[in-house]
Amino acid sequence: MSAVKIPPVLRQAVGGERVVQADGATVGEVLDDLCTRHPAVGAQILTADGTLHKYVNLYVNDEDARLLQWTDTPVGDADTLMILPAMAGGAR
Amino acid sequence: MSPSYQDLLAAAREVIPEVEPSEVAPRVAEGAGPLIIDVRETGEWDQGHLPGAVHIPRGFLESRVAGVAHDLDHELLISCASGQRSLLAAVTLRDMGYTNVSNLAGGFARWKQNNHPVEVPRILTPAQRSRYSRHVLIPEVGEEGQLKLLDSKVLLIGAGGLGSPAAYYLAAAGVGTIGLVDDDVVDESNLQRQIIHTTDRVGVNKGESAKEAIRALNPEVQVNVHPFRVNRDNVLDLLSEYDVVVDGADNFPTRYLLADAALMTRTPLVHASILRFEGHASVFMPYDGPCYRCLFPEPPPPDLAPSCGEAGVLGVLCGVMGNVQATEAIKALLGIGDTLAGRLLIYDALGMTFTELKVRRDPDCPSCGPDANLQLRDYEAWCAGVGSHDHEAAGAPA
Repeated sequence: MSAVKIPPVLRQAVGGERVVQADGATVGEVLDDLCTRHPAVGAQILTADGTLHKYVNLYVNDEDARLLQWTDTPVGDADTLMILPAMAGGAR
Repeated sequence: MSPSYQDLLAAAREVIPEVEPSEVAPRVAEGAGPLIIDVRETGEWDQGHLPGAVHIPRGFLESRVAGVAHDLDHELLISCASGQRSLLAAVTLRDMGYTNVSNLAGGFARWKQNNHPVEVPRILTPAQRSRYSRHVLIPEVGEEGQLKLLDSKVLLIGAGGLGSPAAYYLAAAGVGTIGLVDDDVVDESNLQRQIIHTTDRVGVNKGESAKEAIRALNPEVQVNVHPFRVNRDNVLDLLSEYDVVVDGADNFPTRYLLADAALMTRTPLVHASILRFEGHASVFMPYDGPCYRCLFPEPPPPDLAPSCGEAGVLGVLCGVMGNVQATEAIKALLGIGDTLAGRLLIYDALGMTFTELKVRRDPDCPSCGPDANLQLRDYEAWCAGVGSHDHEAAGAPA
């Protein structure tokens, strides 16, 4: 069971939580479980064929999952997975 | 019998070699001379000194010398007005273990009489010394740093949520020139967070409104108002006039445009973005760290990237993130500390947590990678194309 940090734009899809729990031994398995528990998240971050959209950044603790093993990166109970899309807001 | 002043000088001459200005001047001119330590008082130093000399008033010599001469074998030449104070100072340095200490014979007076070149330091005016006294007291800033800030030019994209606090504090800090790019006018709904504007300036261009506030705070700051949107045609000219750009834009096309233009003009880019209770900040040093596109290769589609106007933002969040940007801009200008280059700072105001993520250069980055063919493109079309997942056709470089 890993903690998954949810960005503001996806919080509605998980009932308003900032952090949720999901099961899995790899980043991919944790995301699968997350999307099973919260299908509205999957609709936002996954393409029609089930892969992650390119605009979705994933961090395992403080490290970019792209530089680890992406969705095959192993995760344990003590790890935090962060979903991080870019934010635009600034001026208005 | 206790030694007199003359006795002390005579004893010092026994152990400290003296160097005539004409002997050392050629080496000083080539930049290959000894480390020159000028031990006069500040008022004397301000009138002029040997080129490249460092200033340590006699009273601070013992406590500060290690900061400029790390090695006891360093070749040191000590100077004062006439060569007497410096002679005694040289003895002190010798006693402290410095092995290669000489005295400038006749001091600065003889140097000047012999028509060797003199540097007259730029100094803060008494009014500036008073206004910026809390900066001058900080060793990392000091008078030199404050002068650097006064000479600096910072461009702010947006005089809104982030630009308001950033511009206000940069102006207070004495950044000499502040450029404000904003085509928008002050709206009543801005005043919950855009603290540089006021109720009686609703309807006024945001750059003009901010200029008025800055004039009241620090009339010395030159404010350039650019009352238009930054675009492909103007961005390179704009950025090339400034030392640092602070990104407080409200949309992805502008952010990606700025990211690429900052690379092309090699302008450090201080980034922040905000939504609801959350803020991101980083610094992108062109080709000396990751760029915005290394971090976010593509923008999310519009439904995953609402603006603050659509999704809301806690007003005070802007103050925190705008001032993170102002802090990073000042550090980048002064070359001090560790900026957020290579790190993304995430501030969660609800949890009151600051999280740091590592950001690395992407070797395949289409903007800053070794194989990148960087050209400004139609960012509106590109962002819209990414959003509709029709990357190939949209926004090809133009």
